[in-house]
Amino acid sequence: MIKINGLHKRFGKLEVLQGIDLHVKPGEVVVVIGPSGSGKSTLLRCINRLEEPTEGEIVIAGEPVPAGGKGLDEVRAELGMVFQRFNLFPHKTALENVTLGPAKVRKMTPPQADALGRALLEKVGLADKADAYPAHLSGGQQQRVAIARALAMQPKAMLFDEPTSALDPELVGEVLEVMKQLAREGMTMMVVTHEMGFAREVAHRIIFMDQGKVMEEGPPEQFFAAPKEERTRTFLRKVL
Amino acid sequence: MSNLSLMWQSFPLLLKGFLITLEIAVMVATMGIFLGTLVGLGRTSGKGWLSGTLRVYVEVMRGTPLYTQLLLVCFGLPVALDIQFDTFTAAVLTMGVNSSAYVSEIIRAGIQSIDKGQMEAARSMGMSHSQAMLYVILPQAIKRVIPPLLNEIIALIKESSLIGALALVELTRTAQLIASRTYRPFPAYLGAALIYLVTVLVLSQFTAWLERRLRASD
Repeated sequence: MIKINGLHKRFGKLEVLQGIDLHVKPGEVVVVIGPSGSGKSTLLRCINRLEEPTEGEIVIAGEPVPAGGKGLDEVRAELGMVFQRFNLFPHKTALENVTLGPAKVRKMTPPQADALGRALLEKVGLADKADAYPAHLSGGQQQRVAIARALAMQPKAMLFDEPTSALDPELVGEVLEVMKQLAREGMTMMVVTHEMGFAREVAHRIIFMDQGKVMEEGPPEQFFAAPKEERTRTFLRKVL
Repeated sequence: MSNLSLMWQSFPLLLKGFLITLEIAVMVATMGIFLGTLVGLGRTSGKGWLSGTLRVYVEVMRGTPLYTQLLLVCFGLPVALDIQFDTFTAAVLTMGVNSSAYVSEIIRAGIQSIDKGQMEAARSMGMSHSQAMLYVILPQAIKRVIPPLLNEIIALIKESSLIGALALVELTRTAQLIASRTYRPFPAYLGAALIYLVTVLVLSQFTAWLERRLRASD
């Protein structure tokens, strides 16, 4: 579903990604972990080209991601993205946040978009908040609206960029719960996170990144019980 | 006759001049906001050649006094090019273009003040740059540009008196004529000043109301 070949990203002299090769299969949940500054978020943002890769190729569902133009917009519509800081549109209600994409990009009629939007808010447990503006929602509620907004495009895969890092601890659970449900439904997901419990429970595969490289990867049972690399062991000792 | 009663008597004439001032202000503001928005959008389009060219435009318009520009266009150009044109139209066009430079900076600042995550969220859903601008960025930027935009409109209402100096009898010029006819400059100019003041006060009240209405989602 998502193929990354020889991806490099440089910011000036700093090489943030030093040759990443990765293949996410349909229905697979891949969790990317690693110390801050290891390039996890940059990797995710290169997939839909919010960050311009310096070198390398991204292929989504068999199609190479074009560098720009309408082709890129079409690929982006197939990839739902959830941000650390939610990035809800503050001038729109929860429902309008969810229906904007379907209405303007998918060209759905207002009743269609509305029905889809309400169904998705229901799915993330916020049917009663349809008319609330983001400023009146808690962080956890905002992030759940953001997930519904991404799902409204009916994407082939979802990218989560540290979706719980900006949340108060007591609000993390409700967001992870929605993500677990998505995983159970077979959504292809790539998740950058520091939530080791979520990684252990939901991931099919863990990717450990450090200094712009994939240091180690494997299924969670093996990854957490018997990490091969010394760097991985050091990291896990700090976070577990 | 007392200053006050002379001022009172001047009001009908002054109001006639004021209507011309208003007419100039509406035309210039419309042109300035329309052109300025286009320039502001161009400067934030991410296209290097476009924003570079527009930057030169803004610097030139801002870097020379409006009065000099008016004299250059209304009196310099006709001689240099050996053509005739309507001084009033030329003056209004010059002022509109001048104002667009200031408006474009207001629009640019408004757009750039919106968190970059908003554009990213919109683009990540597959919206084009223009769609993201139209549905996500501009509706938020509008709230922030209203106060500085009002400033610009106030400034151009007052600057329109420059047109009186070279082309048309608007409010200030009317006061000047009354002053020279009555030999009593004080009441005439005081009357004109009061009319400007009331106009600006009405405008700020309207803007305050508009800002309150747009704040519904905060």
